[in-house]
Amino acid sequence: MRTKYILTFLLVAAVGTLAITSFKTNDTNTYGYTIGSEAADINLMNTDGTMVSYESFPDAEGFIVIFTCNTCPYAVASEDRIIALDAEFKSQGYPVIAINPNDPAVQPADTFELMQEKAANKGFTFPYLFDSSKTVYAEYGAKKTPHVYLLQKENGKKIVKYIGAIDDNVRNGDAVKERFLANAVNELIQGKEVSVKETKAIGCSIKV
Amino acid sequence: MLLLFLLAPYFFSCGEHKVEEINLAETSVEVVKEKKPVMAGGKEIVSYDYDAFDLAFLQQEDDKIYVLNFWATWCKPCIKELPAFERLNAQYKDQNVEVVLVSLDFPQKLESAVVPFVNKKELKSKVILLDDDDSNRWIPLVDETWSGAIPVTLMVKNGERKFYERPFTFEELEIELKTIL
Repeated sequence: MRTKYILTFLLVAAVGTLAITSFKTNDTNTYGYTIGSEAADINLMNTDGTMVSYESFPDAEGFIVIFTCNTCPYAVASEDRIIALDAEFKSQGYPVIAINPNDPAVQPADTFELMQEKAANKGFTFPYLFDSSKTVYAEYGAKKTPHVYLLQKENGKKIVKYIGAIDDNVRNGDAVKERFLANAVNELIQGKEVSVKETKAIGCSIKV
Repeated sequence: MLLLFLLAPYFFSCGEHKVEEINLAETSVEVVKEKKPVMAGGKEIVSYDYDAFDLAFLQQEDDKIYVLNFWATWCKPCIKELPAFERLNAQYKDQNVEVVLVSLDFPQKLESAVVPFVNKKELKSKVILLDDDDSNRWIPLVDETWSGAIPVTLMVKNGERKFYERPFTFEELEIELKTIL
């Protein structure tokens, strides 16, 4: 009788573990940062030849980190909006930092020289950094361009507060109804919690 | 207690799909006809908004397997894998399989980029344009795990779905198709 009880118990335990494990594997993947993650420091080459890190902006309250590139149509369609975001939020403590994660060996239009050309032609007011080691995008978990990570400084740590799209219409800036990223930055500036923490948009896969 | 454990995965896995069924009831079929199709390679390229697309391909109960490949003319890895999808379509169309190449090109590029591309590559599979600005709404409806990067592929049979955020070779596609054929 006792053996029967033990066997039943073991069976329940085994099935229970199985159920929990299978449920967990169905969960979204854990690659990269999620909301609340502490973002690692960066130290990447800017198009002006200088090295840029978060410490380059000692007065910043946080950072608008945007993985983007030279040619992806969604990235190109976002350029003017990225410049406008820097103009709007740098003075309020949230500068834009753009990072090109693509490997020029795979995507020849994304060389450092062509990044310099892009930054000069478009008059980028923010650093446009080259993730030459291909480690930053992977650590952050960026999957595409453009892909935004909004960070806020908390006791010297950079905490991820928002991940996703610039707004609700990547293709057409004139038809935007909701400025997800700007809303999130404004909420941080006002000392509030970000209400829409994650959004999705179509983008170009990162070429590595 | 044992029963609860056994049933638990079923409850969890069914949860997400219910939302989409509710959306279906509110969807109007009229949207499909909203835009005039353009011709390419002797066939029509129809534009769909997400709800019309959902109704036309994701909610079908016709025993057909729809292999939906999300691509764009500007997406290099997408173009690289197109021949695999073309070959799959040619080889399996007699077995109730239909490949649909779902272009995410900008709508203003339909006639200047998509049509010439379809003609030049002589694509035989059905090509449609998914023209819906509000991607934050519909990306998670396609699949919760989708980051928004392309290419991705969805295999659908009678509302059951398999989602792949990865590029494919023909052999890899065939292996996946055979699991639901």
